[in-house]
Amino acid sequence: MIRARFKLAFPEFALDVDLDLPGRGVVALFGHSGSGKTTLLRAIAGLEKVPRGFLEVNGSVWQDAATFLPVHKRPLGFVFQEASLFPHLSVRANLAYGMRRVPAASRKVSLDHAVELLGIGPLLDRMPGRLSGGERQRVAIARALAVSPAILLMDEPLAALDLARKQEILPYLERLHEELEIPLVYVSHAPDEVARLADTLVAMEQGRVVAQGPLLETLARLDLPIRLGEDAGVVLEGEIAELDADWHLARIAFAGGGLWVRESGLAVGRQVRVRILARDISIALTPQADNSILNVIPATVEQLADETHPALALVKLDAGGAPLVARITRRSAAKLQLQPGMKVWAQIKAVALVG
Amino acid sequence: MLSDANLAAILLTLKLATLVTVILLLVGTPIAWWLARTRSWWKGPISAVVALPIVLPPSVLGFYLLVAMGPNGPVGRLTQALGLGTLPFTFAGLVVASVFYSLPFVVQPIQNAFEAMGERPLEVAASLRAGPLDRFFTVAVPLSSPGFLTAGVLGFAHTVGEFGVVLMIGGNIPGVTRVVSVQIYDYVEAFEYADAHILSGIMLAFSFTVLLAMYLLNPTRTHK
Repeated sequence: MIRARFKLAFPEFALDVDLDLPGRGVVALFGHSGSGKTTLLRAIAGLEKVPRGFLEVNGSVWQDAATFLPVHKRPLGFVFQEASLFPHLSVRANLAYGMRRVPAASRKVSLDHAVELLGIGPLLDRMPGRLSGGERQRVAIARALAVSPAILLMDEPLAALDLARKQEILPYLERLHEELEIPLVYVSHAPDEVARLADTLVAMEQGRVVAQGPLLETLARLDLPIRLGEDAGVVLEGEIAELDADWHLARIAFAGGGLWVRESGLAVGRQVRVRILARDISIALTPQADNSILNVIPATVEQLADETHPALALVKLDAGGAPLVARITRRSAAKLQLQPGMKVWAQIKAVALVG
Repeated sequence: MLSDANLAAILLTLKLATLVTVILLLVGTPIAWWLARTRSWWKGPISAVVALPIVLPPSVLGFYLLVAMGPNGPVGRLTQALGLGTLPFTFAGLVVASVFYSLPFVVQPIQNAFEAMGERPLEVAASLRAGPLDRFFTVAVPLSSPGFLTAGVLGFAHTVGEFGVVLMIGGNIPGVTRVVSVQIYDYVEAFEYADAHILSGIMLAFSFTVLLAMYLLNPTRTHK
């Protein structure tokens, strides 16, 4: 459990947060630049000194009226946007730098394990100047892990990388998530990273938390439509249930049924996440067979809400317990006489596999 | 080839420059650290004081030091009270004066190196459990090593090359305060051009070699 209360008031910038975050899984601090997410992360690390703040991490107080634990006394790992490896030290010495400073008794992540998790074995004897951007960031992550942190803080670790490098690192971050018990607070403004990694979403705007909660639920809330990117949409979790080799499709089983997606080499049984944008869901009162849409899911109308444009409405659907959000015109909503409780068919035009 | 007098002057000069360089690296580094990182209002005035020897005529600096270290000056009273006598016309006095005179040439390169390094490597080190002193010695110093090299070379060379302050503070005592530059002055005064040539040639070659080595050893810094 992470409890954080910070308040800063400058004319050009304010931070005002009071957060209780789960002490496990991935917490994404999501927002535009200037929303205060990086400042909040730095305040948690102790890199930013916020007077009269309060911070407790898994039962130990790092900051209150009487205490301010300096950064080097906090059992955390920090990954910066730029890898910031020490240029005068080899990869191996970079990894050892933090580890050597941790008492042997509190070392829970071995150097070998960190090296193996991030796949940097072949790089150990190189100097940072000879690494690619993606390799550097993997070393930086391993270096932060090697101090066996009680909590891992990452400040947009992929933002400085191009798409290919991002795709190179994301699987490693997922592995951390799956294999280690270390909670991760992850600052990002990239919807795809958040959709892929986060368990808990904290959305920030102008120094304040505008929404907070489990990612899947929070994205489906209509009272505060939190958007990852331009459009409203939901993230669902499921499992690859079946492969259709003839048509190169894979079926993902989720609470509401099955979703066919393009086959992408994932094996049956693999846990995956998909993202479905509200604009890609249309609603029908009867199942339609004579169109090209592959995924048609039975669902119940739960709630209707206005979209930002007066022509549009958002409809929250319940598909066997999984939330879906559809964006349709208000005219369509009126024509179909949509009401909470109605049984409908969600026609899903596009499903994006996010990880 | 070298007369005893010339050799004595050269050895004295090297001894002075070495001692001054060591002292300056020890004294100048904390000053440079503070100047590179402070947001205090005092940064401006302190920077100006440190830089004064660059623009002041050595005679002016030497004059004030002479007065301060003399029997009635504040420093002189202190050294007398400590039973050390007064500093002018001693080797120790020369060292003190040279430290002031060469201070900016040591502080500024180190300060620039610290500023170029920025805050990030120190933040990283802190997140890897390194305390303040630990960070300084294991991260700040190695990352600023080109600055330290430049500072050491410039401090040493500049001390070797000083003349005015030495005359004001140290006079011209053989084996005690008569450094190479003063020795050359004496030769020229006495029209002994052959000896003046030898020592001047050595100084020229030394200065050029030192600066060349510095520029060769100090490749253009490419950070990141």
